[in-house]
Amino acid sequence: MFEDPAQWLPLVFAGLMGLSILIYVVLDGYDLGVGILFPGTSEAEKDRMVASIGPFWDANETWLVLSVGLLLVAFPVAHGAILGQLYLPVAIMLVGLILRGVAFEFRAKAEPGWKETWDRAFFAGSLMTALSQGFMLGLYVMGLEHGPATIAFALLTAICVAAGYAFVGAGWLIIKTDGELQLRAVRLARLALLLTAVGFLAISAATPFVSPRIFDKWFSMPATLYLAPLPLAAGTLFATVWLVLGRLPAADDRFRWVPFAGAAGIFVLAFAGLAYSFFPFIVPDRLTIVDAAAAPESLRIILYGTLFVLPVILAYSAFSYWVFRGKATRLEY
Amino acid sequence: MDPLILARIQFAANISFHILFPTVTIALGWVLVYFKLRYSRSRDLKWMDAYQFWVKVFALSFALGVVSGITMSFQFGTNWPGYMERVGNIAGPLLAYEVLTAFFLEAVFLGIMLFGFRRVPGAVHTAATLLVTFGTTLSAFWILALNSWMQTPAGFEMRDGVAHATDWAAIIFNPSFPYRLAHMLLASGLTVAFLVAGISAYRWLRGDREPAVMAALRTGVAMAAILIPVQIYAGDLHGLNTLEHQPQKVAAMEGNWQTGPARPLLLFAWPDEAARTNRFEIGIPSGASLILTHRADGMVPGLDDYVGNHPPVAPVFFAFRIMVGIGLLMLAVSWAAAFLLWRRGDLPRPMVRLLVAMTFSGWAATLAGWYVTEIGRQPWLVSGVLQTHEAVSATPAGMVGATLALYLTVYALLLTAYMATLFLLARKGAKPKEIDTGPTTHPNAFVAAE
Repeated sequence: MFEDPAQWLPLVFAGLMGLSILIYVVLDGYDLGVGILFPGTSEAEKDRMVASIGPFWDANETWLVLSVGLLLVAFPVAHGAILGQLYLPVAIMLVGLILRGVAFEFRAKAEPGWKETWDRAFFAGSLMTALSQGFMLGLYVMGLEHGPATIAFALLTAICVAAGYAFVGAGWLIIKTDGELQLRAVRLARLALLLTAVGFLAISAATPFVSPRIFDKWFSMPATLYLAPLPLAAGTLFATVWLVLGRLPAADDRFRWVPFAGAAGIFVLAFAGLAYSFFPFIVPDRLTIVDAAAAPESLRIILYGTLFVLPVILAYSAFSYWVFRGKATRLEY
Repeated sequence: MDPLILARIQFAANISFHILFPTVTIALGWVLVYFKLRYSRSRDLKWMDAYQFWVKVFALSFALGVVSGITMSFQFGTNWPGYMERVGNIAGPLLAYEVLTAFFLEAVFLGIMLFGFRRVPGAVHTAATLLVTFGTTLSAFWILALNSWMQTPAGFEMRDGVAHATDWAAIIFNPSFPYRLAHMLLASGLTVAFLVAGISAYRWLRGDREPAVMAALRTGVAMAAILIPVQIYAGDLHGLNTLEHQPQKVAAMEGNWQTGPARPLLLFAWPDEAARTNRFEIGIPSGASLILTHRADGMVPGLDDYVGNHPPVAPVFFAFRIMVGIGLLMLAVSWAAAFLLWRRGDLPRPMVRLLVAMTFSGWAATLAGWYVTEIGRQPWLVSGVLQTHEAVSATPAGMVGATLALYLTVYALLLTAYMATLFLLARKGAKPKEIDTGPTTHPNAFVAAE
């Protein structure tokens, strides 16, 4: 199959898109999560929370643009088929992204009386974005069917994805803050971790029953044996993070990175499970990756650019994280 | 209502809202680079104060541009699935290169540009500012390459009803691209020139006439006075290019129904599409022929040669007159203001008020210009390749209408908040808050450390 670019190029692009979505979910996940954790904090704490994500959020959201861009350019037919079915949640997500994106700026620049309003917009926008992404994930898992049962399931995944983002956001705050705010992040991380686990289990339990094809992929020998490490690793990660959270903050701020790293690991495992279930389809059980792909000559020219530019992007992103390393301080410019 | 019209209004609303902010950030970035370079050469703090004020406007405009741009990337799929199905092989790589080469560059270095000056050396901070600005301009390059290709497609062949690329250089440097890119970059420059002049004039009116304010005012006026003649020339070339490749668009711009020699330049008219004629015409004899062919008896194409294949006349006709009218007003105001500043070193109050009134004039002209070129492309989405109605999604009209109302509400609120915040920033001035200035007490202490 490697002789035929029409076969392997789409797979490469599916991999790139998957990577981009995964990076997006972890990175924008933490800054959306910080927004979800806004209620109940003081103004000074809010300023610090925003300061911890201020230099990064814009680049984080660019991974979403790249993900949907790759879907658009590499799988144009699937782009229309998927987003057409998700028209309303996409619109709600976009409004949420708009609200929270501009709130970063307006809350720092508006008249003092308006700051609280923009803080509320920041929270609402972050929550709307997370919920609608979770809702879309649920509908996608349900094969993009709109019925009472699938919508109920999507509502459950909406809450769990929001909890997952709150969890990784709390993990970020544990790294980037100290004192009261860090303690609060530890407490909320435990709650969010439980809800994330519920979502993880719900999706794992429901996915095989959506289609017999997916059921067979998981529950037939020897596949079940090969796949066993996946749920085991997930269970271990959940348990480890739970135990570490019980002991945070530790002396010298040790292990502060564990919840964030754990969250990233859980997202990777969840993603791997879903990717295994749905492969080789891009629109569940309707359209495969190869069938939905754009022409090989167009994919090839994007691939050259991507292979050259992606390492550069990763390098300067790493540089930015290095510049803003350490605990979050006041943002001023 | 017709779902096609609703989908078009929704997309037009989003793209109109979006274009406002890149129009500001592209040129404002270069102005910021200019302020920083003036500062590093002269060590005159007024340039740093000017930088500090305008970088806030840049950050605000950038955030609005990012979030409205994300909306665009989804609406290609939700509103126009047929577009990517037919021409995705061309549009895809151009969009992908925009994301890969421009968006990440801008987004990552924006963090360092805004929040990094205490954390990185001065030269790195200047480099970050330059990279962000370069990114905004690069983004304009790619998106205008795509838009121009939709107007004047080249370098492709149709196989099984799908466009396939044959020559990427021809696709990117398609016939209308150089003209459209130059016209848009100059439009950005003029928008920012009048924005900078207008906000500085507002501060002048409030008695805030510090060196930084006057420096920004002079920069804005000088920039406008220099760019506007260049823009009028570039616009003329762009028009001639359109005459060659999209004559029916020029016919609509001129409101000219019959092909013929010595056609008048219409100053005003009411195009009546049903009767295929104009009412209340006021024109300059042979004017259109002179402008388009540079000869009084030159032949000018008429809409009647393109029945069923030309854009709706009235919106193109009026939008063109609004754009040109604002352009001429810009010429008069910027040259008068530049002359007064040169001769008197300051401006009389009425001229300052006029500059405040024209703060957002660049936006109006830019939008009008885009309506001319985009409505002027109808009924085609991609000239000769794909008609707009073929690309629209099957989403029910009610859903499109409901989300349109939602977007419009959000956009109206944000535009109000944006404008209000600009004037609020102007009232507060550029002075940073008295905090954390290190060992020295000057509010620009960090500058001295650079």
